[in-house]
Amino acid sequence: MFLALGLIVFALLQGLMAAKIIGSFWQLNITIIGINIILAASLNLINGYTGQFSLGHAGFMAVGAYVSVVLTTNFQVPFVPALLVGGVMAGLLGFLIGLPTLRLKGDYLAIATLGLGEIIRIVIMNIPYVGGAAGFKGIPHHTTFAWVFGFMLLTLFFIKNFVNSTHGRACIAIRENEIAAEAMGINTTKYKVMAFTIGAGFAGIAGGLFAHMFYIISPASFTFMQSFNYLIMVVLGGLGSLTGAIAGAFFVTFISAALASVPEFRMIIFALLLILLMFYRPQGLFGYVEITHLGPWREFFLRKERAKR
Amino acid sequence: MKKQELLRAENVSEVFGGLKAVSDFNFYINEGELVGLIGPNGAGKTTAFNLFTGVYKPTSGTISFAGKSIVGLKPHEITQQGIARTFQNIRLFSELSVLDNVKIAHHSRIKYGLGEAVLRVGRYLTEETAVEEESLRLLSIFKLESHAYELARELPYGAQRRLEIARALATQPKLLLLDEPAAGMNPQETKELMDMIRWVRDEFKLTVLLIEHDMSLVMGICERIYVLEYGMVIASGTPQEIQTNPDVIKAYLGGEE
Ligand SMILES: Nc1ncnc2c1ncn2[C@@H]1O[C@H](COP(=O)(O)OP(=O)(O)OP(=O)(O)O)[C@@H](O)[C@H]1O
Ligand SMILES: [Mg+2]
Repeated sequence: MFLALGLIVFALLQGLMAAKIIGSFWQLNITIIGINIILAASLNLINGYTGQFSLGHAGFMAVGAYVSVVLTTNFQVPFVPALLVGGVMAGLLGFLIGLPTLRLKGDYLAIATLGLGEIIRIVIMNIPYVGGAAGFKGIPHHTTFAWVFGFMLLTLFFIKNFVNSTHGRACIAIRENEIAAEAMGINTTKYKVMAFTIGAGFAGIAGGLFAHMFYIISPASFTFMQSFNYLIMVVLGGLGSLTGAIAGAFFVTFISAALASVPEFRMIIFALLLILLMFYRPQGLFGYVEITHLGPWREFFLRKERAKR
Repeated sequence: MKKQELLRAENVSEVFGGLKAVSDFNFYINEGELVGLIGPNGAGKTTAFNLFTGVYKPTSGTISFAGKSIVGLKPHEITQQGIARTFQNIRLFSELSVLDNVKIAHHSRIKYGLGEAVLRVGRYLTEETAVEEESLRLLSIFKLESHAYELARELPYGAQRRLEIARALATQPKLLLLDEPAAGMNPQETKELMDMIRWVRDEFKLTVLLIEHDMSLVMGICERIYVLEYGMVIASGTPQEIQTNPDVIKAYLGGEE
């Protein structure tokens, strides 16, 4: 059902691109939207569903990006295995970082993850093997719209099924009330670290996809400003909604692209938007709600639910 | 058979800064019993629950459950051993549906792994169906089935308290700890709750320990009662013994008039 819908959207977009109705500028942007959806959805697993305020997503993206480009460029590893290794390494790092930092709460966790994201970037900057601050050159141009779309579907599929299982419910319970979650037999540390690890892993894959769009990547692409960008997507779209993450990624990427020539303006617009949002809709555009719960869709899905009984 | 000891606390003390919230607390509860824990505000009743459930670690003393020490276990480990609780200040998963609140509490008995969950195969399908059925059954026992798809925070107060009990039962405990289950309920609701607690105890073969300020509830359903004051047990015994104990009348019952 979900996959079928995805394939239809894919066929439509691919057709428009082939027919040159979507020009190369927007083609590039649509690909970036796909990557940003992966990042927003994976960050949402940590921030939205589990309620752990993380600001280090660009750091995990950087790990995935650098690991995968080293593998494809220096070791001629095929693209997909390289992406997956990048994702696993980012996930592993997420696990190692998550274990101590997730004991922290709220603002402290945000500051710690922000710092660690920056540390990752600075460490990369000081490794001559990957080009240091000047960046890593000669990356093969592997990333196509099709690969991005495929991995995006995979991410959404994974996270959607995860949050609708006992494992995802454990994460959501932590967000709702950590003390009650413990009292219900949920190992809260384990599930916080699990959400963080999975989120970091998908960020790593997104980083690999991002890196293989360009000839050169540099640590400057993975600053905390980038992490903020993903946070804005998640907060705008709605913490704890995949539909929201998709909408947020669309919206932010679209506006960024449209205002690419006036970058100062862009940040002002986002700042204003966020302020307005906090006043009028603090839960984000979608809140905790999925599009499948709205209006006519709701009827359709509820009927399906009832038919199951 | 019924005389099996389930929980025992020996010389348990809990010190917060300079304050002895619980001191030299000695307590036991046998399998199948329904025991009350009463005492004036700030006497240390909730602290005793927090000690039993691993939220606090006792400053000194031992606590054992079904013959094994539970001191130092994390709250979720204690829940998995078979102690479940409700909270004095309701702690529901308020933005989630009533049904999801109960489903979450099945967590520790679900066996399917991450892979089965993500691919939606194998034990995921059978266990999720079973959890849903079991949760709806619990909701109907507590007259909440018509609210199953509403958000927990939208429930009226009394219903929220009942949902907390239903959720605790979903962890399949041997011992159920209820912290002021009738707080904020009217006499009619309190009466229904009493019947429900008694019925649940028999139906689920539970042992129940409850904290309560409502004397009619405590005296009406508890087989034994402990009275705490300033962190110390000043009396324990049957409701008749408690009602006629001069210390209790002075310290607690008298204090209410
Ligand atoms: N985490 C804590 N830190 C410091 N002091 C605490 C803490 N928890 C409880 N106390 C104190 O310990 C004493 C006992 O509190 P407790 O909540 O156990 O009382 P109680 O018998 O449940 O009262 P009530 O009937 O009002 O619920 C009180 O003086 C309280 O202020
Ligand atoms: Mg209390």
